[in-house]
Amino acid sequence: MTITREIHRPPVESRSLLQQSMTVVWRNLLHIRRMPEMLLDVTIQPVMFVLLFAYVFGGAIDVRGGVSYREFLLPGIMAQTMVFSSAVVAMGLTNDLQKGIVDRLKSLPISRSSVLVGRSISSLIHSSIGIVVMGLTGLAVGWRIREGLLNASLAYLLLLLFGFSMIWLGIWVGSLMRSVEAVQGFMFTVMFPLTFVANTFAPTEAMPSWLRFIAEWNPVTALTASLRELWGNDGGLAPPATSQWPLHHPVIASIAWSIIFTAVFAPLALAAFKRRSQD
Amino acid sequence: MTRGLAVEAIDLVKRFGDVVAVDGVSFSIPEGSVLGLLGPNGAGKTTMVRMLTTLSLPTSGTGRVAGHDVVTEPDAVRRSMGLTGQVATVDELLTGRENIRLIGRLYGLPKGYLREASDRLLEQFSLTEAADRMAKTYSGGMRRRLDLAVSLVAAPPVLFLDEPTTGLDPRSRAELWEVLQRLVAEGTTLLLTTQYLEEADHLADRIVVMDKGKVIASGTPTELKAQAGRASVVVTVSYAEDLDKATDLLRSSSPEVYVDRTSRRLTAQASGLSDMTNIAVIFAESEIAVDDLGLQRPSLDDVFLHLTGHRAETETSEPGQRQPEEVLR
Repeated sequence: MTITREIHRPPVESRSLLQQSMTVVWRNLLHIRRMPEMLLDVTIQPVMFVLLFAYVFGGAIDVRGGVSYREFLLPGIMAQTMVFSSAVVAMGLTNDLQKGIVDRLKSLPISRSSVLVGRSISSLIHSSIGIVVMGLTGLAVGWRIREGLLNASLAYLLLLLFGFSMIWLGIWVGSLMRSVEAVQGFMFTVMFPLTFVANTFAPTEAMPSWLRFIAEWNPVTALTASLRELWGNDGGLAPPATSQWPLHHPVIASIAWSIIFTAVFAPLALAAFKRRSQD
Repeated sequence: MTRGLAVEAIDLVKRFGDVVAVDGVSFSIPEGSVLGLLGPNGAGKTTMVRMLTTLSLPTSGTGRVAGHDVVTEPDAVRRSMGLTGQVATVDELLTGRENIRLIGRLYGLPKGYLREASDRLLEQFSLTEAADRMAKTYSGGMRRRLDLAVSLVAAPPVLFLDEPTTGLDPRSRAELWEVLQRLVAEGTTLLLTTQYLEEADHLADRIVVMDKGKVIASGTPTELKAQAGRASVVVTVSYAEDLDKATDLLRSSSPEVYVDRTSRRLTAQASGLSDMTNIAVIFAESEIAVDDLGLQRPSLDDVFLHLTGHRAETETSEPGQRQPEEVLR
């Protein structure tokens, strides 16, 4: 040994991907604690939507089967909130990429996917807060879960599954865009038609036939319809015979849409993220 | 085990489409020494750092850090180095202490060690008082110090610093220099990129000068200065009417004398201190009043001008918009 000065290296424990991801989650949740206004999109905003639609538009919209509009509305808004989770992921990711945080994390001896896994888990937590807030608001205005625990839980699982598939879209967009403002602009332009041209706020039957066709094939429609079915918010009525296939099989359709989204967007997202953060 | 090379770059190339950012750069850094990578904006310094820290894949060539290949053993490389990027990448919404904890936890440092290490680092970088404040309340200098503290949490033997003092006021810069010198004294190997010639001169054992993706010179600061020409003695006389007499006096000891009448300054080629002493004696014996007399060594700025034909820019500009100053020779 000719080395005269040896740096004292600290002991290092090996950490699993999950532990590393949870550290990233811890950091993302600290952000929410420091900036509680980040939660506005899943608290005040959906509550405002519930109240606006329930009391402003509610009287003007007819729902079949004698179901109250508020009961009809709640599953729609929950689905919308889950879809918006992709915007949450995208904005968070773009911000981290822009500020060099991703570079810093990638210069560490950790699994590179922990950045994305951590980001996904924290945004699912973020959206779940919204689901809870809206559930409580719904209960206050008259929405009820009318089916058994099993069906009710299946509905929540579907929401999470759909949210998971939307996260890939978020990662893809977040890796492609250069600024948070761009992400915001893009996501809102895409998300509003996606969540409004559907059965979320009004039944599709009343739409012009071409729009109705689009709305009924919209993945958000399948998700909303399955939530209504599983929570018993559809008056127990079968959809009109003229409806498209997804409305007749909403649960299968939402699972299928989630799988298709993941299969399409996950490879795109991973490739874009790798490209963005490697050069 | 002998003292080895902490960092090796062998013919590294990085292309972005048609643009060649780094065009066959080689250098090595012995353990425990400091290499200054010097060059203007767009010279390829950051790309070099990104390749050596596994953030960017080289188009061709080899890079090794602590003996590990950056392409085939990226994890081993990441375990042996710390990186402080060009912009301070601290998390603004986390406190100083949380920033250190975040990175320490990801490294897999045990809890007890991490607690101790964060206290020590915060103390060492004079951040103890601000430790539990969000980093967004920090000044530029504090952010830089925190950034460096974060990079040091796992005590990496090799440290990469990309323009560590850009945007800092002179006092913060001097403080950071002190910290870096202490680290080197403790055995850390340092690669730092800089646009400040003074900084490279001050900190580096060896300097590699890059321009347009290529190495255009390398050596110790003294060697590089020697390349730019010899030293000169500069005399400022008190009265303009003495200028001619002074010029004659200087010509007796130095063949080349340059006169600047407006500032009453005379510059004479010299080979070193003894020349200056001689000239001082000559003027003391003459009746010429002198305001100032001193030896001027070529600065690294002169070196850069000499090597590239344009001055090193210190202002931040996009690589494409660079307009080399016209140089008259």
